[in-house]
Amino acid sequence: MSDLLTFHFDVDGDDFTSAGQASVQIKKNLRQLGIAPDTIRRVSIAMYEGEINMVIHAGGGEADVTVSETYIEIVLKDQGPGIANIEQAMQEGFSTAPDAIRSLGFGAGMGLPNMKRYTDYMNIESEVGVGTTITMRVNI
Amino acid sequence: MNNYEHSVYLDVQKCIGCTTCLRHCPTQAIRIKDGHAVINERRCIDCGECIKICPKKAKKAVCNKLQDMDGFKWKIALPAPTLYGQFENMDDVDYILDGLLKIGFDDVFEVSTAAELVSAYTRIYLKRKDIKKPVISSACPVVLRLICLRFPSLTDNIIPMLPPMEIAAMMARDKAKAEHPELSDEDIGVCFISPCPAKASYVKNGFGSYKSRVDKVISISDIYFQLINAMEHTDNIKSLSKSGMIGIGWASSGGEATALFNDAYLAADGIDNVNRVLDQIENDNIPPLEYIELNACTGGCVGGVLTMQNPFIAKAKLQTLRRYLPVSQNFIPKEQEGEVPADYFFSEMPTYYPISRLSASMSESMRMMSEIQTLRKELPGIDCGACGAPTCQAFAEDVVKGNANLSDCTIMYRSQLLEYLSSKDDTSDGK
Repeated sequence: MSDLLTFHFDVDGDDFTSAGQASVQIKKNLRQLGIAPDTIRRVSIAMYEGEINMVIHAGGGEADVTVSETYIEIVLKDQGPGIANIEQAMQEGFSTAPDAIRSLGFGAGMGLPNMKRYTDYMNIESEVGVGTTITMRVNI
Repeated sequence: MNNYEHSVYLDVQKCIGCTTCLRHCPTQAIRIKDGHAVINERRCIDCGECIKICPKKAKKAVCNKLQDMDGFKWKIALPAPTLYGQFENMDDVDYILDGLLKIGFDDVFEVSTAAELVSAYTRIYLKRKDIKKPVISSACPVVLRLICLRFPSLTDNIIPMLPPMEIAAMMARDKAKAEHPELSDEDIGVCFISPCPAKASYVKNGFGSYKSRVDKVISISDIYFQLINAMEHTDNIKSLSKSGMIGIGWASSGGEATALFNDAYLAADGIDNVNRVLDQIENDNIPPLEYIELNACTGGCVGGVLTMQNPFIAKAKLQTLRRYLPVSQNFIPKEQEGEVPADYFFSEMPTYYPISRLSASMSESMRMMSEIQTLRKELPGIDCGACGAPTCQAFAEDVVKGNANLSDCTIMYRSQLLEYLSSKDDTSDGK
């Protein structure tokens, strides 16, 4: 395991304005590792969307990023309401975000589809009333 | 990039190593070493924040002096529109332009004149289908350097059009040669009257492979008193100004963007706001926009560190000045309305400079980062700056890169010392 780097972030559910801090931090770390700009951008977008989702729907959560020489893995874990129908949630434009969130420009139903689009692998494990864990991988 | 010639420098005699600039440097380019600040030239973006904040006035900008123009036979001043907002009771730009002639220039060419043409051509450019949106302005050299250092995926969004200062220099040279055919290229000296040190760096270093057409850069603050003494408020001065509301509007934030007659724009000013906006663009978290105007200084160029007037007061003065001007006084020739001429573009756009990379090898970078993480956890985390680095994180990076010693952390040193002393007490008690 010595050749893996891990980063842990607590995503604060109360503070909407600070959402996105973990993705800004991970961008900096990936630049220091010399990762290609396009890869950094994909990781950053996927992570940002995930962070926002955790703030909107789950009252926050945790983000763990693992970097190896061949891939970057992002695990987003929350103890929120869970996703009842994952297939439906993956459809572009489908959103359960409240109106107040939409008026801020979020909740357009593009979060999960974008996360899938910008990563090479994505898996959602979710149980209603228990929480959601999303695992994403971007190959280097 | 490695040989980038900066315009911000330190007066070592005045610097007391107080750490104020450390915290305010947006790229963490400053460290305190041997009791005074040291600027990392590869990281510095010439924003001038340290010049603004230094309580000892030890940080300075290097610009040219008026005498540096002496070598040229034909001296042309290119006043930035910001200059117009620096004076009391100013109702006519001609007083200022006439003043520039009186202090030794042979001709003046307003940057605001060129700005109106740049605005007109940008409106045409935005209609192109083959460009990446949102288009980011190329006018602020600090923003350009910031993007190249920190936002590699956005370099393609920068409009490849030359900033108004360059277009003004090009037009001023052409005008001088047309009116005075006896002048050679070397005889003509073009001098930008600048609100900021970043323009001076830009002129010295060029941009990508592009070499600036400006020869010298003098700061507004440096010629201010000489100019104000030469200015005469009389009715019989020559009419020289050829700028409208658009050109003069470029001096403050939003002026450049509103000149595009397109509501889908964003104008942000102040280096922290610029950073945040660029982060959001990179995350695709902005509404669909056509154009992004970014100015590193608060309020736009009027907030430049080499100006005389408070940026908001300067902006108010410019509003008064603009009130009775036509929208624009410069128009592109009919036959050119379809496309932007080739000489309005940079010859090459710069690419990403990976300055923050820990090592050329990925595995070595990963090993170093792991070491940084471990070390960071041992550090107090209060970002006191006493070690000479702006944050504990930056200090951990410096130590792992071999640029600092762990013993520079006074908090750790103190607790180690206390531990040692108490262990000594134990042994001396020896019972």
